[in-house]
Amino acid sequence: MRLVAIGLVAGLFSALFGVGGGIVIVPLLIGMAAFGTREATATSLGAIVVTASAGVALYSLHGKVDPGYAALVGVPAMAGALLGTAAQQRISTRDLTLAFSLFLAGVGVWLLVG
Amino acid sequence: MTTSTIILGVCLGLVAGVMSGLLGVGGGILFVPLLVALGLGQVEAAATSLLAIIPTAAVGAMRQSRYGNLRVRPALVIGVASIVGVEVGVRIATSVPEHVLRRLFGVLLIAVAVQVAWRARASKESYPRPK
Repeated sequence: MRLVAIGLVAGLFSALFGVGGGIVIVPLLIGMAAFGTREATATSLGAIVVTASAGVALYSLHGKVDPGYAALVGVPAMAGALLGTAAQQRISTRDLTLAFSLFLAGVGVWLLVG
Repeated sequence: MTTSTIILGVCLGLVAGVMSGLLGVGGGILFVPLLVALGLGQVEAAATSLLAIIPTAAVGAMRQSRYGNLRVRPALVIGVASIVGVEVGVRIATSVPEHVLRRLFGVLLIAVAVQVAWRARASKESYPRPK
């Protein structure tokens, strides 16, 4: 029942914002369903495949999905994610993470006031 | 799509991927503003981002299932239940004005930025220690 509730919230979030929903699934699985961090992250990835597919299917009915743009950013991003995950083992990410968080906040402000 | 859009898209897509792998944030939070910057509307960006997320999430899930971390039944229950939420979300997104959605996304980004910074501050031991 708790998992159903997590799914409902994640689906709403995912469709509204175009994100996978991991930001809500992971903390809810840890807090409400006693999952460990690794299990929660992995399980959320599995759920996201279903959630995102449903989002693509429903948005397609409204003609909002642009496969060309999805490939344009998605394909290089997959290559980048492999590089990033490998590099994570070797370098210090703390300062980079703080810098990146500032950047994210900046983009957020741009979207908010722009 | 113009040549400069393609070049920009490939470069920024690569950077977004590196960042998400490095910092453990999902691709969507980066794809949406990136697609908006490339000229898509907020709803198109959200819809297109979802398509771009699927292969990365699928590869990640398969890799994690090999390590035994993926719990298949809960993942399916959450995934199937989420379809109802998605249906509602799509309805809302396609009926409210785009600038409202865009501002809400801005708030979400700031919240994620705070969470990422918090995690980084908490993990003081992230430097490989010299022996």
